Amino acid sequence: MNVKSPPKNKNWSWRSQAFRGLVYQIIAIAMVVVAAWFLASNTLYNMKTRGIQSGFDFLSGPAGFDIGESLFLFDSAQPYWQAFLVGLSNTLRVAVIGIILTTILGTLLGVGRFSRNALVRGVCYAYVEFFRNVPVLLQLLMWYLFFTEALPATSDAWKVGSLFLSKGGLSFPVPVWASGHLWALVGLLAGILVAWLYRKRVYQQFEATGRLKSVFWVPISICFAGAVIGWLAGGAPTALDSPIKGEFAIENGGSLTPEFLSVLFGLTVYTAAFVAEVVRSGIQSVARGQGEAASALGLSPSQSMRLVMLPQALRVIIPPMTNQFLNLTKNSSLAVAIGYPDVVSIANTALNQTGRAVECIAIVMLVYLTTSLATSFLMNWYNTRSAIKER
Amino acid sequence: MKFIKLKLAATLLAAVGTLMTTSAQAGKTLDGIKSRGQVVCGVNTGLAGFAAADSAGKWSGLDVDVCRALAASVLKDPEKVKYVPLNAQQRFTALQSGEIDILARNTTFTLSRDASLGLTATVTNYYDGQGFMVPVKSNIKSAKQLKGQTVCVQSGTTTEKNLTDYSKANGLGIKPVVFEKLEAAENAYFTGRCIAYTTDASGLSSTRSKVAKDPKEHIILSDLISKEPLGPMVRRGDDEWFAIVKWVMYGMLEAEEYGIKQSNVDQLMSSTDPVVQRLLGAGNEDTGKLLGLDKDWLARAIKAVGNYGESFERNVGPNTPLNLPRGLNNLWNKGGLMYAYPVR
Repeated sequence: MNVKSPPKNKNWSWRSQAFRGLVYQIIAIAMVVVAAWFLASNTLYNMKTRGIQSGFDFLSGPAGFDIGESLFLFDSAQPYWQAFLVGLSNTLRVAVIGIILTTILGTLLGVGRFSRNALVRGVCYAYVEFFRNVPVLLQLLMWYLFFTEALPATSDAWKVGSLFLSKGGLSFPVPVWASGHLWALVGLLAGILVAWLYRKRVYQQFEATGRLKSVFWVPISICFAGAVIGWLAGGAPTALDSPIKGEFAIENGGSLTPEFLSVLFGLTVYTAAFVAEVVRSGIQSVARGQGEAASALGLSPSQSMRLVMLPQALRVIIPPMTNQFLNLTKNSSLAVAIGYPDVVSIANTALNQTGRAVECIAIVMLVYLTTSLATSFLMNWYNTRSAIKER
Repeated sequence: MKFIKLKLAATLLAAVGTLMTTSAQAGKTLDGIKSRGQVVCGVNTGLAGFAAADSAGKWSGLDVDVCRALAASVLKDPEKVKYVPLNAQQRFTALQSGEIDILARNTTFTLSRDASLGLTATVTNYYDGQGFMVPVKSNIKSAKQLKGQTVCVQSGTTTEKNLTDYSKANGLGIKPVVFEKLEAAENAYFTGRCIAYTTDASGLSSTRSKVAKDPKEHIILSDLISKEPLGPMVRRGDDEWFAIVKWVMYGMLEAEEYGIKQSNVDQLMSSTDPVVQRLLGAGNEDTGKLLGLDKDWLARAIKAVGNYGESFERNVGPNTPLNLPRGLNNLWNKGGLMYAYPVR
């Protein structure tokens, strides 16, 4: 049936729906703008009459405080905006590593709910129900208490190989930087390029002949081999900077603070419970017949999972997964309760040193808004890519 | 239809316009206190000796005494105080926004706080300095031994900056672990996360006496790394209220200087000493009128909390768990820094 839409009235009068719509929209936008302008100007006026200084000029002044942990070197003489960058990098560090770990753990738990083993099924069920029903702040405090209370003092740290675990955190050996590592990196990049070309060729062959060669283990081996060759070519540096026990602290080597570990564990364990449910619902949403049809066509169980089940499940999984990733990033702001110097913590300190409350809160809001939008942009892109293409 | 819409829009705009012209000032602080019958006082969330609530919810401490003295002077009843516990970060915003009348929360007076926050420092009620507390068994005797160590700090304090300055000046590379809440910072130190805990020396004594499982296991290092004049702050631009706070505090010091105590204030009302008469408003001179208060404003304050020395002894002095020596906080004629402008 072909329904004709009514002809649009092109006259710019109140009788035209298009015109009225436009006017209403303009009025709505104007009201929002006026409200925002009113709030901003009133705040500025109030602050001025009360002699409170405002503005973002403080960002270029020296911060004057140290930050406990930082991905790059930070000195108190550096300006505030760099201190904020340190905070941002700490937030992103927890968020990115947390998202990766959460996805792995959550997927395992979600798949575990379908296990034929009753124990595995039960453990996954209990995990989900426990961790998603306890407030995340409590969980963070619990992990922090565990790290600072249950672990031994740094003077008698637990030693496993060259790893040290104590109240001071986890210390581990790191390779001493040498040009060989750069070569290994170059080798790895070359390996990735070759692996990509190989995969492309394999798929072309598959299209032409119907025979499929390995598209997983061979490319992985190529990447790995590239890195090893690069490392050997660069003189195979093996020097390690191992942690040693000092008088009061573990010195040298790399280290993860208990604050970082608590935030990472807390957020990962909490969010994984939600991710598990997302994965479970995604897999359940695929009709049973799909798997049966795949076997009937002669696909192996792994092929059936990879080529038939998962692409359909992902359609359901990705949008709520995006929410979980955003939640994890935003929940990382709770880290301030246990002393992890994330962007909120830095903003709090800056707020207190300078008294610029509105500005500092605005920066924090902007940071979370930007990271969240960037995350959802990436996930939406992936979602469109993995959506079923209707031809 | 069109007309109604336009009218609606016009009304809205008018409403917004009216809001715009509303004055930002909350009116005189003193008038506000009198009309609501309460002094709203921003205090620490719990720092024994300065401001802490007991199990019955009754507040006490050196800072609390300032609030009580003010309530006694202005409202004739020291109980007419509403305490608003604030953490280090909330405190200035609470005062700026008019949520509290006075911030008596062991706050250090500094140039940037005085000049850029829209607040004014009043009178120092405790001269302090920043120190370190370490476990006895760590064998640390001096702050200079803290090289490369983790130190627990509360955020939003001058402490954080002093620590950085000290660490830098002495090349110590101290790693701060910063907590939002006082309790969290203290707890992290006592569980052994940090080798030292730093804040004002008075705060260290308070924490050691109230929070430590065994106070004898912790020592406060003798080096002080900063000057910390602590005292109440008020909003800038309300000079009458500023003057009242200032003179109630000076009055408590003057009372100590002239031997007026909580116990003898009633008898001294009939004293013939002109200075005492003037302080207590017993003679013909009315100092209260100049401040917008009654004649016996100071007598009431002293009856409520005693003079400064008594308040000190009761809250933080040698007979309290804090056991702080009078030191710099003694009167000027007894080797201290407490020098009040004369009440006359």
